[in-house]
Amino acid sequence: MSQVESIAHDNHAVRVTSITVGMGPLSGVEEQLLKNAYPVASAGTIADGADLQVRLTPLRVRCTKCEKESEAKPNRLVCGHCGEWRTELISGDELLLLRVELDKSTQAVH
Amino acid sequence: MCDTCGCNITHGNEHLIAPGGKLATTASGHEAIDVLHNLLHENDHTAQHNREHFNAHGVTAINLMSSPGSGKTALLEATIKALGDEFRIAVIEGDLETENDAERIRSLGVTAIQITTGSACHLDAHMVHDALHNLDLADFDIVFIENVGNLVCPASFDLGQHSNIALLSVPEGDDKPAKYPVMFRTADMVMLSKADLLPILDDFKPERAERYLRELASSAPVIQTSAKSGEGMDDWLDWLREQVSNRPAQTQAPHSHASHTHP
Repeated sequence: MSQVESIAHDNHAVRVTSITVGMGPLSGVEEQLLKNAYPVASAGTIADGADLQVRLTPLRVRCTKCEKESEAKPNRLVCGHCGEWRTELISGDELLLLRVELDKSTQAVH
Repeated sequence: MCDTCGCNITHGNEHLIAPGGKLATTASGHEAIDVLHNLLHENDHTAQHNREHFNAHGVTAINLMSSPGSGKTALLEATIKALGDEFRIAVIEGDLETENDAERIRSLGVTAIQITTGSACHLDAHMVHDALHNLDLADFDIVFIENVGNLVCPASFDLGQHSNIALLSVPEGDDKPAKYPVMFRTADMVMLSKADLLPILDDFKPERAERYLRELASSAPVIQTSAKSGEGMDDWLDWLREQVSNRPAQTQAPHSHASHTHP
């Protein structure tokens, strides 16, 4: 919320209308719990009532042996092609603020 | 990941902000600001600050994570008894309530700072930072941070440590890495503790625990120990000595250091 508030402040917004968060299955955060907590966290801030959008990022790994990429499960990050366990995570552990939509319309009053 | 160099834009999420991507245009008339901020930025920033303080004093910081009751404090007691003359050790204890663990450590003549988190289920970098205000880092070689017993939340918060240890005690069952992948992925070393119970709890298969860990693409070493019988303690102590000898060279204190009450 403090990140959203500072973006709103820096852009001279009167209101935040929408917040988009990106998260992966290994981020340690659950979409539904975040959505439940969000109205409480945003209450009384410039983002009060703003829409919360969650974009789930896929869990993908790259094999260090066959070098191919594949989808993976949170507790099974082995290569989907050759079965090698030594893989690198390409995406799926992020927890990011992706976008903030702002209402800057002071002229909306006239 | 950081917010400045773009390393948080990955293969997996770049399509979201690419031209024509879902987030590239706004459906309403409102102005949209595209950002890619790590939401744990504030914690990670403080964690990095803590790490700089450890590095400035040549201190190795080790974060212990596990379920409640898996033997973190017992491991520390055995470690202090074995290495008390070799290294100058301090402990930061995290618990919801009580100073019990800190008192156990202090009774061995070692400095222990207790953080009581109230209802918070993990330590974060800010709590550790506050604890460092009460610790003269110049006096220590190793600082152990005993996290709150919990296999979920502590995994998401960098504290400024150099290494993470996840303890998995034999009574918990060997499938914990599969059940708590976020935690076990962060471990630099996994310790199978209370190994003296293996003959009794023979449905715990150390090789199965290791296989579940490898399926998380983790190459962390797995060490079997018992703080009670002393089994495997040499492997653990050798690993620990290696961490100390591999620690980053002593660096300049962070810029803000002078204004702090840090040592």
